[in-house]
Amino acid sequence: MSVSPAVPSTRANQPQRGWYKRNEIAITPWLFLLPAMIFFAVYVIMPIGQSFWISFHEWDGLGEKTWVGTAHYERLLGWGDANIDRKFETSFWNNLRWLVLYLLAIPAGLFIALFLNQTVTGIRFYKSMFFFPFVISQVVVGLVFSWFYLPREGLLNAVLGIFGAGPVNILGDPSLATYGIIAAGLWPQTAYCMILYLTGLNAVDPEQVEAARLDGAKGHKMLWYVILPQLKPATFIAFVVTIIGALRSFDLISVMTNGGPFGSTRVLSFYMFEESLSEFGFRMGFGAAIAVVLFFIMLGFIAYFLYSMYRDEKAAQ
Amino acid sequence: MHSILKTSLAALVAAGVTASSVAADGHSLSGELNIISDMSNPAPRAVMEGMAADFDALHPELEVNLTIVDREAWKTQIRNALGANPPDVVNWYAANRMRPYVDAGLFADISDLWAEPAFDALASTKGAMTLDGAQWGVPYTYYQWGVYYRKDIFDQYGLSEPTNWEEEMANCQVLLDNGVKCYTIGTKFLWTAGGWFDYINSRTNGYDFHVSLASGEVEWTDPRVRETFANWRQLIDMGAFIDDHQTYSWQEALPFMVNGEAASYLMGNFAVAAMRDGGLTDEQLDFYQFPVINPDVDFAEDAPTDTFHIPSGAQNMDAAKEFLRFVTSADVQTEINSGSGLGQLPVNANASIDDDKFLAEGFDMLSNNAGGGIMQFFDRDFDAEMASVGMEGLQEFMVFPDNLDDILMRLEETRQRIYN
Repeated sequence: MSVSPAVPSTRANQPQRGWYKRNEIAITPWLFLLPAMIFFAVYVIMPIGQSFWISFHEWDGLGEKTWVGTAHYERLLGWGDANIDRKFETSFWNNLRWLVLYLLAIPAGLFIALFLNQTVTGIRFYKSMFFFPFVISQVVVGLVFSWFYLPREGLLNAVLGIFGAGPVNILGDPSLATYGIIAAGLWPQTAYCMILYLTGLNAVDPEQVEAARLDGAKGHKMLWYVILPQLKPATFIAFVVTIIGALRSFDLISVMTNGGPFGSTRVLSFYMFEESLSEFGFRMGFGAAIAVVLFFIMLGFIAYFLYSMYRDEKAAQ
Repeated sequence: MHSILKTSLAALVAAGVTASSVAADGHSLSGELNIISDMSNPAPRAVMEGMAADFDALHPELEVNLTIVDREAWKTQIRNALGANPPDVVNWYAANRMRPYVDAGLFADISDLWAEPAFDALASTKGAMTLDGAQWGVPYTYYQWGVYYRKDIFDQYGLSEPTNWEEEMANCQVLLDNGVKCYTIGTKFLWTAGGWFDYINSRTNGYDFHVSLASGEVEWTDPRVRETFANWRQLIDMGAFIDDHQTYSWQEALPFMVNGEAASYLMGNFAVAAMRDGGLTDEQLDFYQFPVINPDVDFAEDAPTDTFHIPSGAQNMDAAKEFLRFVTSADVQTEINSGSGLGQLPVNANASIDDDKFLAEGFDMLSNNAGGGIMQFFDRDFDAEMASVGMEGLQEFMVFPDNLDDILMRLEETRQRIYN
């Protein structure tokens, strides 16, 4: 006669909960974040670190690196007894010109958006025509404008000729060339801001407009106190993309003047490319030092954006 | 044109010209031969494809893979191409342009190839391929520089080819008085101004001085350099060059000459094809050697050489070397540099030159009237950084000659940083 146990053991039948199961809540978010974090680390964080590291070396991109400490920064920024690097100085001021003047795209985009925000026959067609410059490549924009500016055959001088104004060679004049390129860049950038504002205008609350109208608001008062506050998210995005666009002005410069005449249209990113990656550029260390300086300039803007986004979110809570 | 070239090259193959050298090796080549070429313009591309196909046909067990990269893009891509998994043969340029790759050990030393008797025929270009006492590649073509001019315009105003600086200036004055610019030039991409500097400097101070300046032994603020710029300035102050040249590429400057608004162009022989395409006939076009400035110095000429190299990491070294022998052999040289091919000068002394008046004149000039020496060109003779800063300064000088002091100071600062 066999004796069965008084209490059947359930333990063996019920499997032990796995380590993952026990920590599921804590781990799962990290698992979802992991791919993004790996890519961000490999493609963003590590290259930044490498740039810092390379900027302390003399390196032609092919052979061995030699440690030179902060020599590149001394040359670039004119620390110690060295004079400030003149190409760097020009590039830096050009970068500032780009940042300030490129912002004109925002009011221009707003103006066109207000103008196009109406219902007439074929408005979709007009809108798409205004949006057109943003669709075509920056390289094409650059080419078109460099033909437009041509000193003899260009359309600009033909038009100026009608009014009796003398021919100007905008891209050949070191004091005008940068402004000429910025004007070319504003063409697609205005279209971009216009689209942002057009979508923003769709979200404007008609009841508020109605109420404002009953209170007697019209014209620029209506725009300034009623419409614009509602467009604030669109303005913020337009501001961000325009600043980023201004810092990415590389392709237009490369196509239109190649940094010339005599280097007067260089910006920091173009200078970096020229020093380290172009036909005669074998100075990776110096190029990396320029990149690091550019990084800190951009960091200033990024910090400002992050801060204002944080502030807005806090206010919304 | 392509098929003509191919058939004629194939005929060469049939004649067994190069096959004999293979037989002499006693073993046949096998495996793969990977070539990356920058001969991307239509005519050079056809030449390169023809050469690769014929070399492939010569060696049945060898598989020739040809990749053609855009010529401008190759100038920056070569670094990556030589780094990991390099091909067996690449295109590049002679003289100091090889320096970074030689220093980094990325080009193979092929001095053994140059020691072979067949390479004696290439002796004239050996200097340009030599760095640190060894040879790092072989040339496949070169071309003369000089002044290409509109003979019909010269005839119209009763001018003749100038032989010295006074005649040059006098000619120019006549042209300017008649509303024709003396020279067209497009300096947007800077290097064209380098040609002018090479010529005026070597004519003023001689080849040896030019070489010392290129190798950083002479200060840019030296009075002899200033003399060069003073001579150049005479032309600039006359208004000899077209206006707004800083906005044009060298091709965009061509219409001035084709339309008769400018009478001449200091250029390499490759410009002839473009001028003919523009509608100028050989009766309208002619060529003269850059005139004497200082009678005490001998003629030095720009004659840039384009080259083939073997990366040090090449997988199939034997086949690569055989390909270089093939490319430089007299018959292949005759064929690829002919008017239907590259239309340039062959590097092999035993090759024959195509029946073209510019090639004939250029070859004669380089063989008999370049006693000073052969320069490769500003951007190949000078260190890379010096060349880029230098050419920018030259462009600025051509537009604002008054900035000369500032420009020279900048160049001197760069020289001291690079060479000290």
